[in-house]
Formats: sequence, structure tokens, C-alpha cells
Amino acid sequence: MTDLLKLSGVHTHIGRYHILQGIDLAVPQGQVTMLLGRNGAGKTTTLRTIMGLWPASAGEITLGGERIEGRATPDIAQRGVGYVPESMAVFSDLTVKENLVLAARDGPMDDKQLEWIFGYFPALRRFWLSRAGSLSGGQKQMLSIARAIIEPRKLLLIDEPTKGLAPAIVMALIECLKEIKRKGATILLVEQNFFAARELGDNVLVMDNGTIVHRGEMAALASDVPLQERLLGLSLEAHQ
Amino acid sequence: MTDLAATDPLPKPKRDIAPILLPIALALVTIPLIGSPSTWLTLTAASLAMGMMIFIMASGLTLVFGLMDVLNFGHGAFIAVGAYIATLVFAPFAASVQADSLWVNLAALAPAALLSMAVSGALGLVVERVLILPVYGQHLKQILMTTGGLIVAEQTLYALWGPQIIPMPLPTSLRGSFIFGDVAIAKYRVLATLIGLAVFIAIQLVLNRTKLGLLIRAGVENREMVEALGYRIRRLFLGVFMTGSALAGLGGVMWALYREQVHASMSDELTVLIFVVVIIGGLGSIGGCFIGAILVAMVANYGGFLVPKLALVSNILLMVAILMWRPRGLYAVTSR
Repeated sequence: MTDLLKLSGVHTHIGRYHILQGIDLAVPQGQVTMLLGRNGAGKTTTLRTIMGLWPASAGEITLGGERIEGRATPDIAQRGVGYVPESMAVFSDLTVKENLVLAARDGPMDDKQLEWIFGYFPALRRFWLSRAGSLSGGQKQMLSIARAIIEPRKLLLIDEPTKGLAPAIVMALIECLKEIKRKGATILLVEQNFFAARELGDNVLVMDNGTIVHRGEMAALASDVPLQERLLGLSLEAHQ
Repeated sequence: MTDLAATDPLPKPKRDIAPILLPIALALVTIPLIGSPSTWLTLTAASLAMGMMIFIMASGLTLVFGLMDVLNFGHGAFIAVGAYIATLVFAPFAASVQADSLWVNLAALAPAALLSMAVSGALGLVVERVLILPVYGQHLKQILMTTGGLIVAEQTLYALWGPQIIPMPLPTSLRGSFIFGDVAIAKYRVLATLIGLAVFIAIQLVLNRTKLGLLIRAGVENREMVEALGYRIRRLFLGVFMTGSALAGLGGVMWALYREQVHASMSDELTVLIFVVVIIGGLGSIGGCFIGAILVAMVANYGGFLVPKLALVSNILLMVAILMWRPRGLYAVTSR
């Protein structure tokens, strides 16, 4: 399997803090790679560094073989990287429709893709002309994901999509992400919810203190309770 | 498949009309205080005209504040430059300016306004590239750079045109007033109000009906996410900065005609008013800027009539009162 995204020896400093301390990771094409770790491990910083929102102070980032570290965020996005931040960051003063119009950078929205999105996120159709700021947290998350997939993307970077959502909405999000995965998307997904990670992930990377401390197949980690406890301080049984 | 809470009731978006009612309430409250309806009408018309001119000058600044968090203390330079450029156009068109025909007068006024906007916009390009670009994200340096730029611009105008005040008489057909019974409304104030309204409507149409406008509104709220969607917000900002500078130039021409004079530090009296308008309107909010400009002008006119001794501080008191009511301005569109 070809690696779509590769990070080699990536360091990121934010002010005087040394957050990423030599990250090496690969995201294979067409697979979902989970990025797990406790709070403050550097997961969000990894996504933001890939996206160019925080510059890498050292190391190489390649997307489809092309180096992208040091490129501006719009350049990276234009190379087909979709980003769903932890904060969702919907434009609350704009309507649902306007949020998606902006996300469809290359022209009018594809009706078929829009219908497909509505199939998973019917709330977006219902509140099409409502201000995004008036949506619930779950609905904002749907909009944030819809914005990332309204156009074909090579790579999706998704940061904790299930955070703070009701269980029913989490299940629906998982179903949607599974469908996106079935369509062949390549996803690097940060997640704290181990159940969601197990359901979605092909591969797993575990971070701690700004480094990758474990890499392997998600299924292997899901079935190895002692390893989960050692790496994440939890077991799936405890989580369930 | 789960319906994703599509059936959850969506809180009805509240239409926030309190700020819109504010100038109306202020106008109504002052009727009995002023006493004479004709004086009140004259003051109200003067407030609207002054408010529209301030709005034109402040609208670009509020977007620059909101979109890129840039503190441009040199905005007044564009106002003065716009006014001086108009004097250059008016000189060869003196006969047209003094003609009795409104259309001939406007034929001289229009190129003066357009050239002023073009030069101010071009100056905006230079200022953004040379002064602002190196200090993005550094407020203190922005203040120093743009204040320095304003001083350099004023001194350059003094050097080129001299220290004297240059008269800028109103075109003949814009002199005088429309008389309705006891009420006299200056013709030029009507024109200024119409131009201000046209600018407001044009900005609203661009912001609400075009993708460019969506980008500006989105950028004011979260510029990082706009970049993450693949848009180069720096270019967008440059465009907004140039447009704001051009509008300041237009405002400068209108203010110079209102005062019938031009001088290099003419923006000094306006800068405080413009910043008050931008702050009380809410950084980045065109609607808030529009209402704020009318409020500031009303307070200046009504206050100057009713309590002349308070005229100098009336707008600061207005700002304090508004910020105590709404700490982020009338319409908060950014988190700042």
C-alpha cells in the first residue's frame, strides 16, 4: 500500500514549547489511520502542522511524494487536504448553505455529493438556510464534516469528531465515516473515543509527549487489553 | 440510520433589532428636549449626512480590523489624500464647479471622487505591502508603523501643497437648502446621505450576495478556517484594505466639501470619531458600523445643540455607555 502522507523527523515549537519532538508517521492511501493518545500528547498539533497552521520547525512532510512542509495553509488545502478541526469552526454568521458554498472551492456544489451528504446528515437539509451559529453541537459537527467532503479530497484530517456528542450522533458519525472510508478516502483521524477508533481504524498510531510510541494495526491494539492499558491507560472493557 | 437529531427543535435565530432601535429612540427622545420640530428636523438631517460620511470613512477600517486584526492608525491619511486629489481635479474644472446646472456640477464632482478613490486605493496597496505586511500579528508595531505612516503622509502633503488651508467651495447647485415650511435641509447633506446609503447598500450586496462577500464575512469570523478551505486570505485582505482606503478617500472628498476646505491634518478631528464608530459597531460589522456612525453623528449634533459644553466628550460617553451594554460592540462578529 502506497503511503499518501509521510512525516519524517517533524518537530514543532509553539512559542518556547517544544510540542512535536521528531514525529515519524505514514498514512497509507485509502486507509483510516487513527491517531490516539492522552490529552496534550500532541495529536492536534500534528494535524495542524500537517495543515501548515503551525509551521514545522524541522523535518519533512510529504503528500503524494511532494514536500509540503513550509507551504502556506491554502496551498496545502488546494493539494486536496480537507481539515475538520476539533473546534468544528463552522462560520456561525453564515448559513449552512453558505458554509458549504465556501467549502466547494472549485465551483458549484456537486448535487450528487450533496444528496449523499443529506442522506447521512438530514439536519443539514432541514436547516439549509439557518445560520450555522444556531445549530446544536452535533449539527455543527455534521456541517464541519460535510464541508470537508463536499468536494473530493485526497486526504482528510479529522480532529476528535465525536467529542462531546450524544451517543446516537456518535453512532451516526461513525456510520458516515465508514461510508467515506468505503469510498476509498484516506483519513488521518484523531480520536479519544476508543470504540469509534476500533470501528473505523485500519492502522493506529499512539502518541505521547510529542512522539509516536506505538504503531500497528488497529485490530491488534483492540484485541490486546494490556497494551491498551499501557499505552492509553484504558482498556476497551473498562471503556464499555 | 440515525436521524442525527434532525428532529431536534432548532432555536429560532433571534433578529437582533435593539441596535437598530437605538438611533430611532435617541431621535424620538430628543424631540421634546429640542422643542422646535424644525430645529429637530434640521439637526436630524445633519446627523444623517454626517453619519453617512463617517460611515463611508469607517467601513473599510472595520473590515480591516475584523478580517486581519490590524490596527491601522494611519487610516486618516487616505482621507486627507483623497481630499487633496479632489482639489487637483476641481482646479481645471472650476467653470463646471461654478456652473448653475446640477449635472454639470456632478460631471466635475464624479471624476474628482473617482480619482481620489483610485489614488487612495493605490496608496492603500503601498501601505499594506510596505508598512502592514511586516507587522502582521504585532499590535504595538502596527500602531507605531501606521501612526508613523500618517505623520509622513501629513508632512508630505504639507510639503507638496503648503501649510495653508485650501478652500474647496461646494458646487453651485449644491449650495443652499431645500425649504419645507420652517425646515431647511442643506442640499449637500441630502446628497451625502444618498451617497452614504448607496455605499451601505453596495457593501451589503457584496457581503451577502457574492462569494467574495461570503469569504470576507467568514474571514472576519475565523480567518484560519478560511485558509484551511484553500483560500488565500492575505490577497483577500489586500483587496479589502485597498477598498477601505478608496472609501476613505471618497469620504475625504465628501468631508472636504462639507467643510469647504482642505488641510493636511483634516483627518485628525475625524480619526477619533471613526475609531469610536468602529469600536461601538463591533469590529468587522458593517451593520454595526452603519448604526454606530449614525449614533455618533446624532450625539454630536443633538449634544452640541443641547449641551454644548459636553460636545467634546459626548462621543466618548456614548462609547462607554454602549460598551457597558455590549462589551464587544453593537454587533459582535469576532471574538475580539
